[in-house]
Amino acid sequence: MDFFGIPLSALLGQLLLGLVNGSFYAILSLGLAVIFGLLNVINFAHGALFMLGAVLTWMGMNYLELNFWVMIVLAPLAVGVVGIVIERLFLRWIYRLDHLYGLLLTLGLTLMLEGVLRSAYGVSGLPYSAPISGATNLGFMVMPNYRGFVVLASLVVCFATWYVIEKTKLGAYLRAGTENPRLVEAFGINVPLMVTLTYGFGVALAGLAGVLAAPIMQVSPLMGQNLIIIVFAVVVIGGMGSILGTILTGLGLGVVEGLTKVFYPEASSTVVFVIMAIVLLIRPAGLFGKEK
Amino acid sequence: MNPTSKNILYGLLLLVLLAVPFIGIYPVLVMKLLCFALFASAFNLLLGYTGLLSFGHAAFLGGSAYVAGHAMKVWGVPPELGLVLGTLTGAVLGWLVGSLAIRRQGIYFTMITLALAQMLFFFCLQMPFTGGEDGLQGVPRGRLLGFIELGNDMTMYYVTLLITVAAFLLIMRIVHSPFGQILKAIKENEPRAISLGYDTQRFKLLVFVLSAALSGLAGSLKTLAMGFATLTDVHWTMSGSVVLMTLVGGLGTLSGPLVGAAVVIALENKLGEIGHFLAGITGIEWFNGLGESVTMVIGFIFVVCVLAFRRGIMGEAIALVERWRARRARRA
Repeated sequence: MDFFGIPLSALLGQLLLGLVNGSFYAILSLGLAVIFGLLNVINFAHGALFMLGAVLTWMGMNYLELNFWVMIVLAPLAVGVVGIVIERLFLRWIYRLDHLYGLLLTLGLTLMLEGVLRSAYGVSGLPYSAPISGATNLGFMVMPNYRGFVVLASLVVCFATWYVIEKTKLGAYLRAGTENPRLVEAFGINVPLMVTLTYGFGVALAGLAGVLAAPIMQVSPLMGQNLIIIVFAVVVIGGMGSILGTILTGLGLGVVEGLTKVFYPEASSTVVFVIMAIVLLIRPAGLFGKEK
Repeated sequence: MNPTSKNILYGLLLLVLLAVPFIGIYPVLVMKLLCFALFASAFNLLLGYTGLLSFGHAAFLGGSAYVAGHAMKVWGVPPELGLVLGTLTGAVLGWLVGSLAIRRQGIYFTMITLALAQMLFFFCLQMPFTGGEDGLQGVPRGRLLGFIELGNDMTMYYVTLLITVAAFLLIMRIVHSPFGQILKAIKENEPRAISLGYDTQRFKLLVFVLSAALSGLAGSLKTLAMGFATLTDVHWTMSGSVVLMTLVGGLGTLSGPLVGAAVVIALENKLGEIGHFLAGITGIEWFNGLGESVTMVIGFIFVVCVLAFRRGIMGEAIALVERWRARRARRA
């Protein structure tokens, strides 16, 4: 069966790959949005911590001979702990300053982290094998099982995060803290602790995305670099105001990127940025954003 | 600092720069430094004087470097026209990026400039005329105005010096003009500038285009002097470098970007030697490997600057002199 001269199976294959990438965009931009909401810091280190999740998984499997399913729990926890240390040691000094210092500080941390791992492992990809092998024939296409798992797992994580933030008491504190931290503190809630844990949680999400990405992308110290810039564009397109909006934008852009790979491969690396430019022209506040 | 002693310092700096080819310093390295000093000064116009953090200035430096290089190498245009074309490229790119980016405020502004610059990076990576990963090599220097042979490093050096000094004077003039004062007002309090009747969007776009055009001049001058343009010039790390130069030197000071560019270029080129020197005096073996970890050291400097040294070298120096003068005035 053909679709605009492209075999349907190839089209659906790219669509799935787009969904996989889209779920990484969704998880990463979700973390960025949660952190920005409470800390007012745009976390440039998000890409590096995504990479750290992948590299830690590789290290755990190679040096400690742990299996992937152990690492999928351990690595995000470890990245979360790294995040808590970063927040306590560095970020808390700059909350009163202009936004730009938060970006520059996390950029500095990114360069340090990437620099250290680069001198240890070089820039070429580290070998990796998928924990779930095989593929399922769905009749209209053949789906590699692991990719299906990644999309499913990401969706579960994204919607669990949405549920916690929008429907639970903890999430209510978080949302209140985003609106007016001083008032929330006056009600007896430990806001500094909440800030630390939020940052830890946000980067743990990035770490989880890294673990999931490890078997699909090349694991290398620079794997987060290009990704974080695309995620920035995703965040500009979606606006950081709405959690569901952020998730949908991420997934949607992944799919669009996947389709571009089929119909006009030359533009696949730039299509997200082009969409960003168009959105800025039509709806400057972003698709789901409210201009403050 | 009072204007006279400032002028004396700038005069001394100019004298040293004029003497460079005669005191045994390699002029090509100094030419590179001058281009980056101009780049950082142009960038500072935006960050230091208007308070807008662009994270996409590599696009203007690199885009112009490619256009100027291509024009001089393939079309065979004379160098002066190459520089003009490069500057225009910077201005046009600046207008495109700027008019999109000023639609959003604060951190979004930064993310938009970064994303659009990354788009240009991918564009340059794929276009055949940029030479992809190899870059654009062997750009001829040619003859300036038809009679000045630039093949000689000495001549090239003085032409570079003349152009950068002229551009620096222009930046100085912009900063001290009424236009520059409005930019400062936007930086301090934009709603207030709006309420005073200034169309701040127009001023922001204008300064963005100016800054991008001057960055374009720096980029095309660099291509002319070095003879090549590569993907490094358009990569986002270059945008990071210019932020660092301005931050290390001192945001919103005229001399800061010059000092910052010198520090960062020296670090990038001489870190290995600095490492060996440190290993020599401290006896710590680890410093010997410093040359391979430029990225790490750059990151470390970023962190230190943001946490403890936000005024930068010249900012601290100016504050020090002012404190000293205040104390002397009190005593008198």
